[in-house]
Amino acid sequence: MGHDHDHDHDGEGTAYSSLSPMDARVRALETLLTERGLVDRAALDAVVERYEKEVGPHNGAQVVAKAWAEPDYRRWLLEDADAAIASLGHVGRQGEHMVAVENTPERHNMVVCTLCSCYPWPVLGLPPVWYKSPAYRSKAVIDPRGVLADFGVTLPQDMQIKVWDSTAEVRYLVVPMRPEGTEGLSQEQLTALVTRDSMIGTGLARAPHEVSA
Amino acid sequence: MNGVHDLGGLQSFGPVRPEPDEPAFHDDWERRTLGMTLAMGALGLWNIDQMRHLRESLPPAQYLSSSYYEIWQQALEDAVGTLGLLDDPPEGVHARSAEELLATVSARGSYERPTSTGPRYAVGQRVRARDLNPVGHTRLPRYARGRVGTVVAVRGAHVFPDRNAVPLGQRPDTAPEWLYTVDLSGRELWGEDADPTLTVSVDAWEPYLEEAP
Repeated sequence: MGHDHDHDHDGEGTAYSSLSPMDARVRALETLLTERGLVDRAALDAVVERYEKEVGPHNGAQVVAKAWAEPDYRRWLLEDADAAIASLGHVGRQGEHMVAVENTPERHNMVVCTLCSCYPWPVLGLPPVWYKSPAYRSKAVIDPRGVLADFGVTLPQDMQIKVWDSTAEVRYLVVPMRPEGTEGLSQEQLTALVTRDSMIGTGLARAPHEVSA
Repeated sequence: MNGVHDLGGLQSFGPVRPEPDEPAFHDDWERRTLGMTLAMGALGLWNIDQMRHLRESLPPAQYLSSSYYEIWQQALEDAVGTLGLLDDPPEGVHARSAEELLATVSARGSYERPTSTGPRYAVGQRVRARDLNPVGHTRLPRYARGRVGTVVAVRGAHVFPDRNAVPLGQRPDTAPEWLYTVDLSGRELWGEDADPTLTVSVDAWEPYLEEAP
């Protein structure tokens, strides 16, 4: 955690005197690159805000809910995810070659990048820490049921498990199974059932009673 | 490169631990590192494969004991240092404005390139992942090498990372190779005790593959 926030014992604010080594390193590089005209601070702020506040799993949830609700869109998504996802405006870096893979009663999909941190940013935002961790990257391809257990998910023993290792620029989006008892829900209500983890394959979509207050 | 970044199948990293509240960033310096990485990447002084190779080339102990943004920061510092950008900023290269940078990260890029040759393998064909151990960048995970699988998709001809990741400052070779998704059974990868329901796919460029009986 940030040492500049942790040392505020007296409530007066002492951030100036307690930069962590990483804080100091990163600020130094930013200052030097800015001075040399290679980086623009306002551009940095803008791009960070884009990925922290605007791009996120709500984009992917919109895609999945639409696929659940509209058979034509589902077909399009499974055949040409690039075009189907772009039609909703979710394009950009780390989403150049999208492929949607659908969970069925017979098959569960899970996505990993064993080599680094490849992840479909335009639909899911920035990857969580666990996705980039050695624990997930090592275990997903040899023991995906063990990974699911770490997330509290148990699948039937005879269900096929398909793990997609993102070793190129293809980015995979899992379309989770639509929960039972959701026939009467609007697309917007369906969106609330689609969790980020369900689109990576380490979780399942939520049942309606799990989200209602 | 046979590095510690190539984690698939290792068994010593313990459980995957999702965070309960899961902040996008754990300290403000992580925001700045992400922003600088995107802003500097947009200058075109290096490509994604060169940056990946810098990250995976960190000393193994450092790689495994660093957080993912620490790895990004270190690789960015290495790139800036190798190219001498602080001592001698390249002429004609200047910081992207917020508008330019947001346009870049939101653009619909592609790693697909035109090629005059057709794909050598077809969907359904059996292929073996070659036993390759290059010292440079490669995207064929070690766990797949020498294993036999089935082509399930032909993804087009894409920039080949092994040639694209030339040393910094050299001109990248973006000549494409056909890219395939290859299914490998759990038993083929992990032996007879493997989960019989498991299939793992990798995205493999044609030079990674050879015909299998």
